[in-house]
Amino acid sequence: MKVQFKLNGRAVTEEVEPYETLLDFLRERLQVISVKKGCDEGDCGACTILLNGKPVRSCLLLAVQMREKDEVTTVEGLSKPGERSVIQEAFLEKYGFQCGFCTPGMILTTKALLDAKPKPTVEEIKDQFEGNLCRCTGYQQIIESVLRAAELKAGRS
Amino acid sequence: MEAGVRPLPKMNYVAPSSLKEALHLLKKYKGKARVLAGGTDLIPKLKKRMIKAEVVIDLNRIPGLSGIRMQKDGLHIGALTRLAEIKESRLVREKAPVLFQAIGVMASPPIRNRGTLAGNLCTASPAADTAPPLLVLNASVRLQNTDGKRVVPLSEFFRGPQDTVRRADEMLTEVIVPVQKGRSAFLKLGRRKAFTLSVVSVAAFARVRGGKFEDLRLALGAVAPTPIRSRKVEEALQGKEANEENIARAAELVKEEVKPIGDVRASEEYRREMSSVFTRRVLAQVNGRGYNESAI
Repeated sequence: MKVQFKLNGRAVTEEVEPYETLLDFLRERLQVISVKKGCDEGDCGACTILLNGKPVRSCLLLAVQMREKDEVTTVEGLSKPGERSVIQEAFLEKYGFQCGFCTPGMILTTKALLDAKPKPTVEEIKDQFEGNLCRCTGYQQIIESVLRAAELKAGRS
Repeated sequence: MEAGVRPLPKMNYVAPSSLKEALHLLKKYKGKARVLAGGTDLIPKLKKRMIKAEVVIDLNRIPGLSGIRMQKDGLHIGALTRLAEIKESRLVREKAPVLFQAIGVMASPPIRNRGTLAGNLCTASPAADTAPPLLVLNASVRLQNTDGKRVVPLSEFFRGPQDTVRRADEMLTEVIVPVQKGRSAFLKLGRRKAFTLSVVSVAAFARVRGGKFEDLRLALGAVAPTPIRSRKVEEALQGKEANEENIARAAELVKEEVKPIGDVRASEEYRREMSSVFTRRVLAQVNGRGYNESAI
């Protein structure tokens, strides 16, 4: 079946199987490998993408569900190749990751949060990150990274 | 033990663009089709081979199936309304705050961005967190097929785990929540604070006049084969003085009504005990400290 949507601002037109998840389609057909496959059942948050600006699980969507006007954003879409977004800067500065597997999901979740709430409280950060699991950091550095990203973003705009 | 996650099985996909078309497809495929709303339950179950589908009927391209509207008989919440939309709705916060409260502690934000109210009800998990609030608000659901529609009170909707009175050719198109004056509250006990399934969930609605319970409804989740109303507790308190002593006595009765199972999340005994503890707490809240339906 034919599917059309926008990925990081560029139009995608492809043939897909009706039972192909958006996650597998992104990783295996389009080689967008920042999107990670963790639990593959909606629990872990490693496959988080932004669908029209909102964080959702790509493992729970079928690729064929995407429509022409749908905008899918992955980490690749946050900055130009070779450059870093302020969120990525903040995660580097505050050691918001160790193994890095959950990081793309964490970064996209940060983007969605800061777009809606430029100055989130720690409680708001905890609420927003309920569905993104990290087995390395214990979350403290991630919260600090989000707070730092908010500062950097405010400074640049 | 849960089955392992595997790639999705081969299946066909149709995306009708009208409700009429969707109902015809449901009739055509009968039990062989599954309806796809948010996919947060359907997709993992298909991957684990816990359910089968030859065809998936995607409702997401049907205009008009989502949205929250105030009508004479109450709030109408469309089948495809996402849990996140309901949580963010001013109308819901004002007219049905107990539902707002429950959705706030359900799953996680990305799941709530896709998951729908109708999906939570039709999945019919005994632990569905939207059910206790809707039960105490006397909500009903609209079921539709090609022949027509019927409205079923939510208290008659659930039949057992993953089982409802919805027929294979019917679709739940709308949830109707009567608006009423009184206080309501929702409490959930999980194994941790966030992103967790309920071990026990309770919701209560009460109107106290002249120091007495004039109207009282209590519902519980995750402690019986379906979400349940606790008629014994309700009857014990109806017309009685709204005080701590009466509440504590009535809350004991809930232990006779729940039929919990023991599983990985909690033992049967713990669920029964906590049903009573949380009943007492939620009733204390509606007797003074709960959300005031008309004042928020």
